[in-house]
Amino acid sequence: MNALFASIPFTIIATGALVAVAASLLGTFLVLRRESLATDAIGHAIVAGIVLVWLATGLTSGPVQLLGAALAGVATVLLANALTRSRRMQNDAAIGLVFPAMFSLGVLLLNLFARQVHIDAHTVLLGEIGFVWLDTVNVLGVQVPDAMVWLGLVTLVNLAFVTAFFKELELGTFDAAQAAAFGFAPGLLGVALLTLTSVTAVASFDAVGVVLFVAFAIVPPAAAYLLSDRLHRVLLIASGIGIASSVLGYFVAVAWDVSIGGMMAVMTGVFLAGALAFGPRYGIVAQAVRRRGEREVGENRALAVHLCQHEADPDVGEENVLEALRGHLRWPDAKARAVVARCIDQGWVKRDGRVLTLTDRGRSAAREILRPGG
Amino acid sequence: MLALLGDYTLQTVALGAIILGVASGALGSFAVLRRQSLLGDALSHAALPGVALGFLIAGGRALPALLAGALATGVAAALTITLLQRRSRLKSDAAIGIALSVYFAVGVVLLSVVQRSAGAGQAGLETFLFGQAAAILRSDLGLMAGVATAALVLLVALWKEFELTSFDPVFAASLGLPVALLDAVMTAMIALAVVLGLQMVGVVLMSAMIVAPAVAARQWTNRLGLMVLLAAVFAALSGVLGALASASARGLATGPLIVLTLTVWTAISLTFAPNRGFVAAARRRRRVRHALRDRQVLALLDELAERHDDPNYASEQGLLDGYLGVKSGAALRALHEAGLVEQVRHRPEEGVHWRLTDAGREALAEPGHGVEAAHP
Repeated sequence: MNALFASIPFTIIATGALVAVAASLLGTFLVLRRESLATDAIGHAIVAGIVLVWLATGLTSGPVQLLGAALAGVATVLLANALTRSRRMQNDAAIGLVFPAMFSLGVLLLNLFARQVHIDAHTVLLGEIGFVWLDTVNVLGVQVPDAMVWLGLVTLVNLAFVTAFFKELELGTFDAAQAAAFGFAPGLLGVALLTLTSVTAVASFDAVGVVLFVAFAIVPPAAAYLLSDRLHRVLLIASGIGIASSVLGYFVAVAWDVSIGGMMAVMTGVFLAGALAFGPRYGIVAQAVRRRGEREVGENRALAVHLCQHEADPDVGEENVLEALRGHLRWPDAKARAVVARCIDQGWVKRDGRVLTLTDRGRSAAREILRPGG
Repeated sequence: MLALLGDYTLQTVALGAIILGVASGALGSFAVLRRQSLLGDALSHAALPGVALGFLIAGGRALPALLAGALATGVAAALTITLLQRRSRLKSDAAIGIALSVYFAVGVVLLSVVQRSAGAGQAGLETFLFGQAAAILRSDLGLMAGVATAALVLLVALWKEFELTSFDPVFAASLGLPVALLDAVMTAMIALAVVLGLQMVGVVLMSAMIVAPAVAARQWTNRLGLMVLLAAVFAALSGVLGALASASARGLATGPLIVLTLTVWTAISLTFAPNRGFVAAARRRRRVRHALRDRQVLALLDELAERHDDPNYASEQGLLDGYLGVKSGAALRALHEAGLVEQVRHRPEEGVHWRLTDAGREALAEPGHGVEAAHP
């Protein structure tokens, strides 16, 4: 055990993975509730919270710091919501107004008191996941990095929250009105979600900073949402993507000698791009293939119907030939050739000299269209 | 403060703040009205990789290269957002959050490359995170002013088109305006405003320069032209104040100071602006509530008099309290001052009695009028 936690690569990767899993558990619901940007607002706002709690108590870590700083995040979101309700501005403007103000306050306080606090403005933005192994605590005889202990605890709390309130969260996310009618208090659950997001942001802050936290919290869930429709599967896939991003990001960053936290966050983006392009159902490629398949089936059926209607005509030799398709179906020659070739391949049509004739299969397809069920 | 203005560096800083403020205030007004406030947030975070790329390509801290890079990645982020919104099932909030955080992450990675390759010379880029007014050189001002002027001229030239597409895009399209193209131009111009402010305010806080002046200006006027003008003035003034404060104190980042100045002014605007301000609204609500309460008292006095078949019937104050369920003293005093009711004392040991005056009866007969006169 000691050897494992003494391994610097392990601690760095595990810290990244913990941030990703803890944040994705909550981020999944935020993405589905269209509140993704709460992570952005919370991430920036907790800086002021961290410095203020430190000024008030002298604590730079621990549960008081965690909860105290988290309050700043929750307060920011609630203030933005109150401003929206006052109808003086739209919701997006309210968020865009409140969190930069909180962040400015935090940075200014840091500028004034930076020498005494363990963080500087640079760490605030970028995090220092490469140095998480520097501060360790003794857990049951094993030296474990500080950040991992707190992140581990937060991950467990988030997991317990999501498991215990899965039904309520699910209903509150997809049908807030019905959840309210059942007495599930979706508003209260929403505040709980924001509070935990805030606590998670504070715990992740040393490792990844305030902006990359947004990537860890919403990009894996967004990617997972492009891959699955089942809520519990989205949660699992998001966690998997988060862990994979941490592992891959670490090794790529070490190989190229670049920022580790940054590369882990970039990897979440790579997974998202992959899901966007190649998702089995909602991916751009899958959609294009499906559209093309539908178009091809439509063309096959059009050809089958045309051939079927002229089969018994005396001038079948004039109608059911390749050249006639240009006039009847308004297909250019190239397209007509391609469709005929495909229909022959698929066994709908036979070529009989110049004349095209339907196979039994093609004829039954055409009859099904002309006389459904007949 | 005035003595400070003679200082060459501070003059540069103040001029830079004015240029930046005018551009971001004017263009930000459109961003806020079009509900694209957070687009500014995404664009400013997405400028970071562009700044680093510009540095790597130019091989140094050449402002035109940095700004061109920032503009390029900002526009790329805007396109990414559009792609995610149109071609995936993700909603705009997720699309913005993804673009914002992933582009920023790329920026963090590139920044570490710059730090490694440029060694000590990289110090210049750190200021792009939080902004450093003192980093602005007199030679930068020409470029900033040129870019800002170009954007503002375009804004004025296409004013009618932008106004219409912002408020009623469907109607604009029905008139044959190229709405998509105008949207793209507006987004590019907002990206331009973001880029202008990077040096002074930094990538993280630049979004506030887009949103806050517009929100503040919106509280003072309902007219677009005036709002754009006010936003530009507010942003420029806050910029100058914040930048000068930062330049005259050691170690304080400029961005946060400008943003806090701006936020304080926005809070003042929200609270005290005539009509839309919270105070004015509270006063309006109170006036309506009082007028309603006074009318209730008048109507009650009238009804009691009618029931007693005596137009001069005076009702006891305690009885009125009982009927209304609340204390009627304040309302009666206000009505008394306005001459709508009068006091009658029968005997000293009895409570105060009230009855309508002729003016009170007239006021009651005139629906919606007269009573409000007691609360000008």
